[in-house]
Amino acid sequence: MTRFSAWSVIKNGLTGQKGWDRQWRDPEPKPHYDIVIVGGGLHGLATAYYLAANHGLKDIAILEKGWLGGGNAGRNTTIVRSNYARPGNREFYEHSLTLWENLSHELNYNVMFSQRSHISLLHSPGAVDAAARNYNIMRRTGTPDAEIWDLETLKRAVPHLNYSKTARFPIVGAAVQKRAGTARHDAVAWGYARAADARGVDILQQCEVQGIVREGGSVSALQTSRGTIRAGKVAFAVAGSTSRLWTMAGLGKLPIESHLLQAFVSEPLKPLLDQVVVFGIGGAHFYISQSDKGGMVFGGDLDWYKSYSQRGNLPIVQDCAEAAMSILPCLGRVKLLRHWSGLVDMSMDGTHFICKTPLDNLYLNAGWNYGGFKATPASGWYFADLIANDRPHERIRSFDLKRFERGLQIDERGAGPDPKLHG
Amino acid sequence: MTARRLESGGRIDRNQKVTFDWDGKALSGFAGDTLASALMANGETVLGRSFKYHRPRGIMSAGVEESGAIVTVGKDTRREPNVKATMQELYDGLTATGQNAWPNVRFDLGAVNGLFSRFFAAGFYYKTFMGLPPFEWGSGTGLWMQYEKLIRRAAGMGTASRAPDPDHYDHAHGFCDVLVVGAGPAGLNAALTAAEAGRDVLLVEQDFELGGDYLNDPAAEPKRAELVTAVRNAGVHILTRTTAFGLYDDGTAGLLEKVTDHLRNPDPSLPRQRFWTVRAGATILATGALERSIAFENNDRPGVMTAAAARVYLNRYGVLPGTRILIATNNDSAYGTAVDLEAAGAQVTVIDSRAEQNAGTSERVSIQYGLAPLEALGRPNITGVELAADTGNGWKPAGKQGCDLLLISGGWSPVVNLSSHRGAKPAWNAEQACFLPGQTKEPIFHAGSAAGIWPREACETSGVAAAQRATGEAFQTIAPGGWARTIKPVYEVRASDRVSKAFVDFQHDVTGDDIRLAHQEGFVSVEHLKRYTTLGMATDQGRMGNVIGLALMADALGKDIPDVGTTRFRPPYTPVAIGALAGRNVAGHFKALRRTPLHDWNLRHGATMTEAGLWHRPWYFAQDGETIDEAYVREAATVRETVGICDVSSLGKIAVQGPDAAEFLNRVYSNGFAKLPVGKARYGIMLRDDGMVMDDGTTWRLGETDFLTTTTTAHAGKVMVWFEELLQTRWPDLKVHVSSVSDHWAGVSIAGPKSREAISAILQDGTDISNEALPFMGVAGVTLKGNIHALIARISFSGERAYELYVPAGFGEAMMDLLWPSAKALGGCLYGMEALGTLRIEKGHVTGAELDGRVTIDDAGLGKMASTKKAFIGSALRQRPELLRQDRPQLIGIFPKDKSQRFKGGSILCAPDGTSGFGDGWITAVTHSPALGHWIGIGYISGGVEAWRGLPVIASDPTRSGDVEVEIVSPHMVDPEGVRVHG
Amino acid sequence: MIRINCPFCGPRDHSEFTYGGDGSIVYPELEAPREAWHDAVFLRENICGVQLETWQHVHGCRIWLTIERDTLTHEIHSVRPAHPGIAAALHSKEGAGT
Repeated sequence: MTRFSAWSVIKNGLTGQKGWDRQWRDPEPKPHYDIVIVGGGLHGLATAYYLAANHGLKDIAILEKGWLGGGNAGRNTTIVRSNYARPGNREFYEHSLTLWENLSHELNYNVMFSQRSHISLLHSPGAVDAAARNYNIMRRTGTPDAEIWDLETLKRAVPHLNYSKTARFPIVGAAVQKRAGTARHDAVAWGYARAADARGVDILQQCEVQGIVREGGSVSALQTSRGTIRAGKVAFAVAGSTSRLWTMAGLGKLPIESHLLQAFVSEPLKPLLDQVVVFGIGGAHFYISQSDKGGMVFGGDLDWYKSYSQRGNLPIVQDCAEAAMSILPCLGRVKLLRHWSGLVDMSMDGTHFICKTPLDNLYLNAGWNYGGFKATPASGWYFADLIANDRPHERIRSFDLKRFERGLQIDERGAGPDPKLHG
Repeated sequence: MTARRLESGGRIDRNQKVTFDWDGKALSGFAGDTLASALMANGETVLGRSFKYHRPRGIMSAGVEESGAIVTVGKDTRREPNVKATMQELYDGLTATGQNAWPNVRFDLGAVNGLFSRFFAAGFYYKTFMGLPPFEWGSGTGLWMQYEKLIRRAAGMGTASRAPDPDHYDHAHGFCDVLVVGAGPAGLNAALTAAEAGRDVLLVEQDFELGGDYLNDPAAEPKRAELVTAVRNAGVHILTRTTAFGLYDDGTAGLLEKVTDHLRNPDPSLPRQRFWTVRAGATILATGALERSIAFENNDRPGVMTAAAARVYLNRYGVLPGTRILIATNNDSAYGTAVDLEAAGAQVTVIDSRAEQNAGTSERVSIQYGLAPLEALGRPNITGVELAADTGNGWKPAGKQGCDLLLISGGWSPVVNLSSHRGAKPAWNAEQACFLPGQTKEPIFHAGSAAGIWPREACETSGVAAAQRATGEAFQTIAPGGWARTIKPVYEVRASDRVSKAFVDFQHDVTGDDIRLAHQEGFVSVEHLKRYTTLGMATDQGRMGNVIGLALMADALGKDIPDVGTTRFRPPYTPVAIGALAGRNVAGHFKALRRTPLHDWNLRHGATMTEAGLWHRPWYFAQDGETIDEAYVREAATVRETVGICDVSSLGKIAVQGPDAAEFLNRVYSNGFAKLPVGKARYGIMLRDDGMVMDDGTTWRLGETDFLTTTTTAHAGKVMVWFEELLQTRWPDLKVHVSSVSDHWAGVSIAGPKSREAISAILQDGTDISNEALPFMGVAGVTLKGNIHALIARISFSGERAYELYVPAGFGEAMMDLLWPSAKALGGCLYGMEALGTLRIEKGHVTGAELDGRVTIDDAGLGKMASTKKAFIGSALRQRPELLRQDRPQLIGIFPKDKSQRFKGGSILCAPDGTSGFGDGWITAVTHSPALGHWIGIGYISGGVEAWRGLPVIASDPTRSGDVEVEIVSPHMVDPEGVRVHG
Repeated sequence: MIRINCPFCGPRDHSEFTYGGDGSIVYPELEAPREAWHDAVFLRENICGVQLETWQHVHGCRIWLTIERDTLTHEIHSVRPAHPGIAAALHSKEGAGT
């Protein structure tokens, strides 16, 4: 692997860019791997990387039905934060954030993680108190950058918001996480892919799982579009296809429902907004940031009905535009360039699963709701740990499929067992 | 490029001179011009700068695919960045400025980037800027964020206004049998055919004139005029300046109508733009095709544009775009342009990359065969071209020719974007060298050049045929193609020994070498290619570059173009103003405000309002310059001393009626309702299926089969939907009818020792509401003075003797006009949400802050209410082990240790040695208690009051106020025996 | 926009409706054991293809509907009132009309 650096960029600039290798190989599938990860998205790639990097494992394949990073990896609004307050989530996302902070160096790939602050606007004293509860917990659990801002501090930091006292929902303050921010989503997929590939992981693209061969209580092989591949251990990390694979494995139902989530980007503009700003009140739900290219990147709620279509409809487009105009009324003449949608596996409490399954050698990583992108490093880290050691790390014990039977719902919103409400 | 306006010709109105401002320079054009045509006529050539290298760019096209002349239109609050000059109608007083350049587009210091372009290859930024150069030493994100500041400043294109958009926008809705998109030869014929078949037809055209390609051909004008008249007479609804920007489910189309963007002083009552949602039975896409460029060195120079664009500027706008013109083509379409330009007085040479025997001919222009442009010469404007000859195995230099305009025709790409929005995957047609629209099961049909049909007559016929298909009639299939001689695909021209800067995607400065580098690094699928190189991600969405990029990747891979894949187009087709999508639902109309029937009355009586979901409710009623704290403490004290009145109209109210109403409520609520007597109210808690508390409220039994259930303000809608769901989907056997009567009633709470007195005084006929006649939880119908029918229930949230009094909404103010003088005379007050909070916190009564969707009925201290004799919603799942743990956080009251101190809601409760970690509990709400004379709070702590009684506890609020020592007490902090409420 | 043909109101935009959830779930009796309730409340088949689901015409007649809809294409195959009594009444009325 050619090490990336300013030096290599300059050297190649002077020599006609001839020195760059493929960033990952295009290997032929082997008949057997010790570990087969299904899903070449962010979580699958990160898992493969940490299996190799943290656990020294070598004989690993990733099976991707399309192209690596072609699913939600490229369809999200790139926000990275750790402002979760429930036990379990709190430590998990904080660990993820610390991994993000050094990820470019770790992968030798600039994933452009920019800690430009994540600012949740607050509109009433009650909302300030409710946010303070969560941000106090963050402060007390290793997140010194959690802050509650008054209006004056907010105005200084984020000009151009609608600070009118006669706004429909006047702003009174904000809950802020300063180490949060955005990253370049595609680069994360490519960075993990390149680093995993360099450690010997076979990334098999255009390789769709079409059948799962079981021998008693375990998986023995996967039938794929590129032939049958036997596996010592099998791991699913396939947002949007989890239920289909689960059914294919003969395992019945899951506490997951697939929904579509739209995302939006405007034409590129000169810098207008430095931070990630979140707005949620009165049924509105909206988040916006500006990419390094200058596009305003924003999103809001799910389309509200279950869907595998990856095609959103106009009502949510309208909702997001209304929210955008409500907090940034200067965006009226800014034009929406593209909108698209991703497929999110919503779980019954808004929290994910990283766990063992009813089959001995099958492991599950699923149900990421809105949280998948920011979770990538920790998801890979702990999923790799689970697969390598065949037991859940203490930190992920509550992310199992049985938690609802026990009465544990890690419900950040208090929305209850309705998947569409956990946005 | 030495363009000039011709004395005659074109569709502009030379009698209507229009003045406009370009970068501070006063220029003029004519009515009917676009900004681009007027700038061209004025000899302006450098109009923009590219994204990455800041290369000078001029007009490259005459339409939506424009990648060079991208400017900012308007100024101050009406500044619109990133406008394609080719799409902007000229109007008197228009102001346009160059963008992404300093000091201006003609001389831009940013062009220094071009000097380093050899280092700025595709994806270079993924390889550096991580740490300290040259070896990226260091860790963390600090250095990257320093680089990033510079990158962000350099990136972006136009600058948006910082002030609110002063204009307004509208939403409109439409329905039609057939939606026809595009009013060219195919679209007009399609619309006419469908309308004549009796269909309701909507025809939308992004241009300000109907006709499409007819507009570029003076000879076709009679035909166009006739067709347009016929279409109008056939009753077709027509929207011009309207773009169908996206197709959605079930025949829905999103349209953007530009209403005033072409007017100097528009009628202020008109919206700037109108966003239409149209539901169409069938959709005909006659969206045309766009001419492609070819990649060669410096193909982005001002003075290089598409061949078809030159014809548009000549024939539609009367501008001859050059005098010595070289036309490079690989197909027949450019020959007509050549003839027209020559006839207008230009010296024209055609170089056709095809061999002579296959190529087109023209008697009036000189034609050279087997040649293509290798490099555009001159800067910033083109002065000549170095040609290349086809060796059969690549290209070799073949001399230079001077010119001031280089026109390119690299083939045509049908506009397949809209059907691609529907998932119809475009299919590569090798013969026509283009993607044709994909198949879809939906009633979406393509016509004209959007279907890859080139000759005008065939386009007209295909329009008719598409309409016949859409209306279910027999139709003729028109095959794509139609040129006399086949196109010879040419995507890039380069001599193998030369490093070149041949642009594939102009806006993003993606070159052929970038595509090959992506291939070299393994980014071979189209999705990887476009993300790595940013090909097709600019504001033209790859209209000019995508096919070339795919072709170069296919070439690198040794595959055919379809094997590389096709990118899926995303809506919108052309960028849409966010203001238009929001329409009128902005400012005060965002999330329509809900007002109680007493809203105005409250305001007249001094209320300061606060947000409560979508409602505004009285927060406090300040007297004589009181602060909020002074006001609410006075109000709460007054309630406990005399009487207070509070608007509670926003509470949800549901009439639950029918023979099984009692049984229904008994299943829904965790406590028993079957035996509630008529004339009594009961407080109830309902759980969700998962056993968590959903909502609480009182239910009043008005008759044997007639109940009135109240809900919290926040959950009014949700509970109503829940009741309907249960009755219609789970328990259809129950004979119950529910209807929301929330808006039917205006309601107030009258609380305090003198509440009975205050109400008695306003009852007609001296109705008895004594403790005996109307005991605690009693309900009755009464009549207020003035013959106002009312419902009264003796229920209390404050812990005082209290009543809720409901009258029909329209009588709300009348009730208040009776009640308030009565209460005032007793020393009473009006009180708001803040005092309401004080009173309920003192009593340990829960609200949404405590019932946050994560607590059980036991957590909230109300576990004894849950019936053990019956099953109810949530009764099964509330028995799950985690929910039964003794150490779950339970409702408690909080006092400061030092009574002079205060603490805040949201503080974490913990033992003194537990100042890190999750803590043991938290505070949900606080208030200054006038009854107790110090700050108090309500919240949760693990194990509840029994586990912490007498132990030191810290209220930890590191984000705001720091640590305060507190003690944990029973949540029933005032009158725990409940004496006052029964009095 | 998904267009839902409400049996009472005619074809309307889906934005007038709210999606309920999986319509194939049979909720157990209130007295049923915890396990039965767990499965009904927390587990989903999550079909990619035609599924039975509930919607409410919340901004219209407020009827809960049972709809067969393809979750991949959004194509709707059938719509009927979720309440069997209402469905039967509607059916007999339609029958009487023809």
